[in-house]
Amino acid sequence: MLLIRCPYCEEERPELEFRNAGEAHIARSPNIASESDDDFEKFFFIRSNPKGIIYERWRHMHGCARFFNAVRDTVSDRFLMTYKAGEPKPVKLPGAAK
Amino acid sequence: MKKYSVFAIAREAMRGHKGWEEQWSSPEPKKEYDVIIVGAGGHGLATAYYLATVHGVTNVAVLEKGWLGGGNTGRNTTIIRSNYLYDESAGIYDHALKLWDGLSQELNYNVMYSPRGVMMLAHNIHDIQVLKRHVHANRLNGIDNEWLTPEQAKEFCPPLNISRNARYPVMGASLQRRGGTARHDAVAWGYARGASARGVHIIQNCEVTGVKRAPNGAVTGVETTRGFIGARKVGVVAAGHSSVIMNMAGVRMPLESYPLQALVSEPVKPVVPCVVMSNTVHAYISQSDKGELVIGAGTDQYVSYSQTGGLHILQHTLDAICEMFPIFTRMKMLRSWGGIVDVTPDRSPILAKTPVPGLYVNCGWGTGGFKATPGSGHVFAHTIAKDDPHPINAPFTIERFRTGRLIDEAAAAAVAH
Repeated sequence: MLLIRCPYCEEERPELEFRNAGEAHIARSPNIASESDDDFEKFFFIRSNPKGIIYERWRHMHGCARFFNAVRDTVSDRFLMTYKAGEPKPVKLPGAAK
Repeated sequence: MKKYSVFAIAREAMRGHKGWEEQWSSPEPKKEYDVIIVGAGGHGLATAYYLATVHGVTNVAVLEKGWLGGGNTGRNTTIIRSNYLYDESAGIYDHALKLWDGLSQELNYNVMYSPRGVMMLAHNIHDIQVLKRHVHANRLNGIDNEWLTPEQAKEFCPPLNISRNARYPVMGASLQRRGGTARHDAVAWGYARGASARGVHIIQNCEVTGVKRAPNGAVTGVETTRGFIGARKVGVVAAGHSSVIMNMAGVRMPLESYPLQALVSEPVKPVVPCVVMSNTVHAYISQSDKGELVIGAGTDQYVSYSQTGGLHILQHTLDAICEMFPIFTRMKMLRSWGGIVDVTPDRSPILAKTPVPGLYVNCGWGTGGFKATPGSGHVFAHTIAKDDPHPINAPFTIERFRTGRLIDEAAAAAVAH
């Protein structure tokens, strides 16, 4: 089971309190109805699914219930950092090997 | 290839078993092949086998980064069934089921296909409605499936708890009698032996690190840890790593890879005569011929390539097993493991040509690919050899995520995840 640091509660809590909410930093178009089929497919279905560093959303379902973002290595499952929703995608990653 | 038979066993017994030959050879890779298959799991090896036997394409290499059948082929719970809701799914899974019947004879290799019946339990009114809908849909597609009362379910599987006092009482079950299990390793070995005997090169410990394309976009070969290998046709059958390989060719996929776990108990005398699945309490169980209970758990909730999963996932499944079978509450578990499954948004596979000329993909089998191994290999070989999909896999395109013509088994609850 993962230990996840909620950036709002500012503590590590067990994974059971959280729900993974998929890849982060995928912006929904404000005019979703006028999106082309290609763009809608990219937004809705296509995922980067990286073997390595992933940017993903989590929700602290059974805690503060808020969404936040995390950076994790999908090979080791180790979290590099978590940050609040709306904050920019971090450029520098603490302790990242690659 | 020497034929396996009772006479071969007798002959070898007389001369100290010195005449058995290697089941497949391990040649050095050539500079170029007609077709390269990436991934020597069941689906990849079956593809190579049918390319050789059905289409006469024998200048084929199957590249495997680890060892043959060491990925999800060796990690699944070996359940075979075809009771899927939609016509497209019924078509491909029943195509596979028909090939399972007679596969041992065709391969001259005992894959231990055992049609012992797959029973799916209903625990509430909604389950009853969904499973009955499946029974009717399957029958319209010519697939056997029948409805059982709780008493009939217990008669078919005596250790099942059908007490009304259970937290999730059994209210009925659907039964596909042609469903069952097979020996997963033997499937990979049997296809490998058959393909190798017809000239297919199986190259293990050879990881694909890049996909080379010509200026016009067409595939020209793959970079590997053992050097460049040329081919004008490349079939990607890499399960959880399919999107990684496809990215090397510049194709982004509608896939996410998750850990899926399974576990086995200590071996005991025969007690579970069939496969029992329950989507509502989330567990499935069968008993191997060695006597181990083989139990499948769910996926973890996050993308991972770690081949391990959270212990709470196993615990959740064992809670359900103990609820369904109180007889097993003191059973000891021997081993657990994880595999990486590639899941599509509609939970149906992708077996198709790709936007890249000469590149084909067979992926997205998610949590239930083993059952489809023969059918998948058969129609994928057709797709590669003819550069055109077989009618059975024609609906399973990549483009369906753009056109919206999904095969939405995800909402159909035939899939246990």
